[in-house]
Amino acid sequence: MRTFILRRLIYAIPTLVGISIITFVIVRLAPGDPIRLFTFGSRATSEDIEALRHLYGLDKPLPLQYVDWLMNILRLDFGQSFIYHQPAAALFLDYVWNTLQLALVALALQLLIGVPLGVIAALKRGTWIDSVIRVLSVAGHAVPTFWLGLVLIIFFAVQLRWLPTGGITTVGKDQWDILDRLRHMLLPAIVLSLTGIALYSRILRTETLDVLGQDYVRTAHAKGLRERTVMFVHALRNALIPVVTALGGILAGLVGGALVVETVFSWPGLGRFTFAAAIAKDYPVIQAGVMISSLLLVISYIIRDIVYAVVDPRISVR
Amino acid sequence: MATTTTAIKATTATDVLVRPSRSLWSNAWWKLRHDRLTLAAFVVLCLLALLAAAADLLADNVFQYSFAKQDLLHTYEKPALDPIAYLLGTDEIGRSQVVRLLYGGRVSLAVGFVAALVNLTIGVVLGLSAGYFRGVVDDLFTWFVTTLQSIPTLFLLLIIGAIWEPGPVQLTIIIGALFWTGISLYCRGQTFSLREREFVIAARTIGARDRRIMFNHILPNILPLIFVLAAIDVGGIILAESALSFLGLGILPPTPSWGNMLTGATNYFVRAPWLVYPPGAMIFLTVLCLYLIGDGLRDALDPRVKGREG
Repeated sequence: MRTFILRRLIYAIPTLVGISIITFVIVRLAPGDPIRLFTFGSRATSEDIEALRHLYGLDKPLPLQYVDWLMNILRLDFGQSFIYHQPAAALFLDYVWNTLQLALVALALQLLIGVPLGVIAALKRGTWIDSVIRVLSVAGHAVPTFWLGLVLIIFFAVQLRWLPTGGITTVGKDQWDILDRLRHMLLPAIVLSLTGIALYSRILRTETLDVLGQDYVRTAHAKGLRERTVMFVHALRNALIPVVTALGGILAGLVGGALVVETVFSWPGLGRFTFAAAIAKDYPVIQAGVMISSLLLVISYIIRDIVYAVVDPRISVR
Repeated sequence: MATTTTAIKATTATDVLVRPSRSLWSNAWWKLRHDRLTLAAFVVLCLLALLAAAADLLADNVFQYSFAKQDLLHTYEKPALDPIAYLLGTDEIGRSQVVRLLYGGRVSLAVGFVAALVNLTIGVVLGLSAGYFRGVVDDLFTWFVTTLQSIPTLFLLLIIGAIWEPGPVQLTIIIGALFWTGISLYCRGQTFSLREREFVIAARTIGARDRRIMFNHILPNILPLIFVLAAIDVGGIILAESALSFLGLGILPPTPSWGNMLTGATNYFVRAPWLVYPPGAMIFLTVLCLYLIGDGLRDALDPRVKGREG
């Protein structure tokens, strides 16, 4: 197991290098000169502009800039934000934690709702319950999350006034007020978890039907085991393996989708902050945001693979 | 006497053999014709496309209101039948919601289908090459796909949208260039197993070139499920484009798109909630139809699904 984890970690290195190249290239090949943008309208002379360009290292050739930049980010130094004049990575500390909270709650909702729905659909196969769950799972994939967020805000926050329209805490309340935080989290977490709920219920339905037709399940029945034991001890354990496989897409959806959901619900997270930086063309912050979100994803993929190896002993790294 | 009997027997035998055989495609067509849900989805999608295509005609003749026409005396008009251009109300600068909805459909569908075509081409060519040539080509391919999948796609798209500010055409190409990983991984996997099959070995024995084997022998075998992936792909792209436009980065006003019609939604959802529902409902309906078509095609084309449904 230890060699497995070690090898999996080594496999992540070329991916990280690739991510850093893409992050660097997208931002550096962008049209528009940030130095000109930020000195626009001020009385900066061309010598001042050159000095600034030199200060941020923008006067060197691109590959050299990349190597410099890579060396720096290995020390977690993404450079100074053009706007906040603070180290870019430090700005993200709170935001990463807020995004993780939302993503973990959404992930829990996906598993707690999606898995039972799929199993129920398979057990009640062919009945109206099955049809309803199947229709809902297609609809859950097709609904635009930002729009659903807006509709839920109109309904629950504006008309019924049950829940806040956005933000993470009520102004003036203690930030450790868990109940208040949960009230703020409810709508965004539901919206964010929807795609995953739809996907899991679909996968679980197919897999449960598959597993229930297998010989070993019939053997378990024939041994006279109780229905519940067969279902939970024998069938479900194997039906759950594809759930772990699907985690990859789910996690990518959580981190990527968080950007949209955070913006709709004014949730002060990684995505919303990076998005604001992108609009303002604050390069160091954009790069830090993309790298941090990708790093989260790479780490989650590694955890997924380890879980996968634990659940299914037949798997090993290639 | 004996000869006649044999003759009769022979004719019946040929009759049985002559019965037209069902190919994969005719079989799929037969199944699709009996799948009401998929047919309904297909009809609705065609209607939406028709409405979008006829946007100019309808705007001029029926609504007599161009999509860019503003009327500051009639902002936030409630939905009404008279005049017909207020069918779905007007927005914050008095533009007709229903006319903009028609034009928005044009943009969303065009971006969806063209971008899907781009990423199908990239995905199929790269996936086939990686699966067929293996070795270094495959290693490079795997490295690139893993990298691309480790950056949240929507995130990447939003960043590109924000700093490059692409126009509709560039946007379509960028989306097309980013969403191909799923399709290419499928093609790669299938090619891996197909390249070891007898018919490929036979083709190679008679001296067929790599390109011919890849596109004339292997591709037709994976084509059915590529259609399924394509339908789902178009839906996913429409969702991504609308999210991007909603955030003010994709299709920019005054060109209406279903996404950017919702950009100001937070400002008017107390005052004019009727502006919030239709654009989102249109995106939802379109994507739902595409996913249902994808599901229906899978049931019809994938022989393994047989007997599993219902």
